Amino acid sequence: MLNRQGRPSQAGDSGLHSIKTFTGNRALEQVEPLLFEIGRLEATGVDLDEPAAFTPRLGGLVRKDGIGLPGLSEPETMRHFVRLSQKNYAIDTGIFPLGSCTMKHNPRLNEAMARLPGFADIHPLQPQSTVQGALDLIAQLKDWLKELTGMPDVDMTPKAGAHGELSGMMAIKAAIIAKGEAATRTVVLVPESAHGTNPATAALIGFTVKPVPARENGLVHVDDVKALLGPDIAAIMLTNPNTCGLFEKDIVAIADAVHAAGAFFYCDGANFNAIVGKVRPGDLGVDAMHINLHKTFSTPHGGGGPGAGPVVLSDRLAAFAPLPLLEKNGNSFALCESEKTAEARGAHPYGRITAFQGQMGMFVRAFAYMLSHGADGMRQASEDAVLNANYIRAGLRDLMSQPFGDKPCMHEALFDDQWLKETGVTTLDFAKAMIDEGFHPMTMYFPLVVHGAMLIEPTESESKASLDLFVAALRDLAMAAKAGDTERFTQAPRLAPRRRLDETLAARKPVLKWVPPTPLSEAAE
Amino acid sequence: MRYLPHTDTDRSDMLAAIGAGAIDDLFTGVPAEKMLKDPVNLPRRKSELEVARILGGLAAKNIPASTVPFFVGAGAYKHHVPATVDHLIQRSEFLTSYTPYQPEIAQGTLQYLFEFQTQVATLTGMDVANASMYDGSTACGEAVLMAHRVTKRNKAILSGGLHPHYAEVVETLSHMANDRVTRLPADVKAAEDIVPLIDSDTSCVVVQTPDFFGNLRNLKAIADACHAKGALLIAVFTEVVSLGLITPPGAMGADIVVGEGQSIGNALNFGGPYVGLFATKSQYVRQMPGRLCGETVDAEGRRGFVLTLSTREQHIRRDKATSNICTNSGLCSLAFTVHMTLLGSEGLSRLARINHANAIKLADMLAGVKGVDVLNPSFFNEFTVKLNKPAAPVVEKLAAKKILAGVPVSRLWPDAGLDDHLILASTEVNTDDDRAALVAALKEVL
Repeated sequence: MLNRQGRPSQAGDSGLHSIKTFTGNRALEQVEPLLFEIGRLEATGVDLDEPAAFTPRLGGLVRKDGIGLPGLSEPETMRHFVRLSQKNYAIDTGIFPLGSCTMKHNPRLNEAMARLPGFADIHPLQPQSTVQGALDLIAQLKDWLKELTGMPDVDMTPKAGAHGELSGMMAIKAAIIAKGEAATRTVVLVPESAHGTNPATAALIGFTVKPVPARENGLVHVDDVKALLGPDIAAIMLTNPNTCGLFEKDIVAIADAVHAAGAFFYCDGANFNAIVGKVRPGDLGVDAMHINLHKTFSTPHGGGGPGAGPVVLSDRLAAFAPLPLLEKNGNSFALCESEKTAEARGAHPYGRITAFQGQMGMFVRAFAYMLSHGADGMRQASEDAVLNANYIRAGLRDLMSQPFGDKPCMHEALFDDQWLKETGVTTLDFAKAMIDEGFHPMTMYFPLVVHGAMLIEPTESESKASLDLFVAALRDLAMAAKAGDTERFTQAPRLAPRRRLDETLAARKPVLKWVPPTPLSEAAE
Repeated sequence: MRYLPHTDTDRSDMLAAIGAGAIDDLFTGVPAEKMLKDPVNLPRRKSELEVARILGGLAAKNIPASTVPFFVGAGAYKHHVPATVDHLIQRSEFLTSYTPYQPEIAQGTLQYLFEFQTQVATLTGMDVANASMYDGSTACGEAVLMAHRVTKRNKAILSGGLHPHYAEVVETLSHMANDRVTRLPADVKAAEDIVPLIDSDTSCVVVQTPDFFGNLRNLKAIADACHAKGALLIAVFTEVVSLGLITPPGAMGADIVVGEGQSIGNALNFGGPYVGLFATKSQYVRQMPGRLCGETVDAEGRRGFVLTLSTREQHIRRDKATSNICTNSGLCSLAFTVHMTLLGSEGLSRLARINHANAIKLADMLAGVKGVDVLNPSFFNEFTVKLNKPAAPVVEKLAAKKILAGVPVSRLWPDAGLDDHLILASTEVNTDDDRAALVAALKEVL
């Protein structure tokens, strides 16, 4: 068990900070300027020969000014970006318990497979006869997604989760237009605990958003949905398991009520990783659900992207899936890329949501993940994810408060800041103190319906030893907060590459790019 | 299962610590009748070796660009990416990190995003750029929505030189959001006159240069006409390498510049992931979609970077957000930035000259082939030819000879009456042998 005596003391911290070096470096931690400050306009890290003389055919549109981008040689480039990388926390560094974000291990086999020239070095518009293996892989991935979700069809084109929401909601809107109800069904119900992408997506395509309240147990009650349903309702967007880490137990009754009212049920599948192989959305009455391949199926988050957001569709929506459509004829595969050919096959694509046919690089990684796990491994992964979240919950429940009572959670454990009352420590302070302990903080202040929310999602990738250390450290922090050691929190982080950053300044006077310092000649004038 | 750390002993110890008898005691929130009794009907787990064999088998059924004479473009381009790029983007600290919501331990990501924004803004000749979109086509859709917000109008005019997929993305969004859109017919020789169509209802005009058919377009007159009517000019490109040689859209009066960044640092990947570039003028920054990284200082006064102006975004503003985008193309933007750093101005302009020179060589060789007409008045590294027969079967015949000759216009624009039109791209990867092989094969099939 870790105790405070076993960690660097506060005095030690400030001692470290008071040591000044000539360079500003601190041993392994290097100060790294912007590449523009170390680059030179004439420097380059590539060897290219000037082509033989030619007469440009640029229609007189030759660039007249220099491009103005400094370059670096290869060794300088390598050092610059390696030094930058060392200022980042990552899953490969330690537990990354961001609730709702699902930071699980990224197997390197998947990276290797995605880089096979047969996948990485093929063009989206080269003849389909020359990409049959790629189309086959997409078809197989679709089949796996259909089996895992119990849904009849999948739209593979969306580039990320929010893009999948958009595609699914467009399919719903297309179905409503086809029924001649576009003028009346203009409202989408969204619980207040939803991801911000849900209301943003609905609004983007002209729907009005109406909030659905959650009850004191953190769940949406079917009676509250029924009270809002009417001829004006186009759809409900419900996250399940929800953002409080709970399974919506009324979900089947809600689906039935929504369908009875002539509306559609969009399920936000961001948390599908909790139930893979345990429950199928298709058995719950879902009409459309996006799957974040970068969450549930472990394609790397890459500092913010790329992702992939295939959308599974019910029979009511499948015909409206966007172009291109993937067809299998015997042993060969073809993309149906035009509305006319789609219509001839009885489909009514709502349009197109992106160029080409989706995030192939992510498809390969996700499929490698699925093949590696198999049906048994994916079910085990979901169970371990839920086990780990509950283990953390059980380890902290006597010190930290749970907004919806002491009951099992799914893949993430939610705490509020009730227990920090009168300590002078906020959720933000607590998170920043976790950084000094070597952890990435949990999701803070989300969901919005929970005051000072702390949403912890360990994923199945954490060992028991890792969880034990994490729980012990959080217990130590919690006790310190309650004991009045506020400096440990309000001053945190002290040991990270940067202390807290001034976000108000950044927003008030935005500096969004590097500007060259005034040349000396101009400064002298 | 090699990715799961727990032993069965761990699992039972942990269940005991939780106070649960069995794992399904933790799933009591799920309606019991909906719990799957049996495993889903899929194969069981596989070793690395088995997975590599299966995927290797599928990969072997495709023809990679680098193994054949390759002239396919029309929105994605085969370029050489230095080995350094792929090494750096696979650094654990970049690959396996999240959106930099905790800036104190994400300065690596934030600093390269700031560098990326600077490179994109500089290259396009604009004031500011965001931290990336999914790809060029979705960036184009977002640009139109942004123009509607800025002008408080809802009519977009799309040039007939705009990539058909980009146009379809805009049309789809507009249809769904009840906005208006006028799409001009296919404009093979950049001959359309868009200016008379711009009226006081027009929110924006969307023009691509180099356009879908490869032509370069001077945007100045369109920009002036837009501004006279209070509309915005959205300039689009699909080949970012062109900006090493041609006048940037910002210098021709564009208000928003969007494009595909795949050519720099990113593989073809059969269409994704790519990286959408998005730049605009300072006065519109608060109407921009997507994440923005900004400079600030920390509690000790040291320079640092944070995500900023997030009150535009969905996680704060919800249904009033400028976009629903959350995940972007972070790692692809890193690839872009590393490659662009290696190139620098010097390398980029030379790379662009090589591309242009190679395309000129190809165009001149094709002009000498009977049954081929090169149509472009101008071009950068791709152009359109008219064949004496439908292009799609010709491309198939050449593919059978292991030559990937280009994109038949009919594949993207089936009803434009351009079945005999073929778009070919030539980049630095093409050799004299490649060109000779293409010409010889074309002579056989035409």
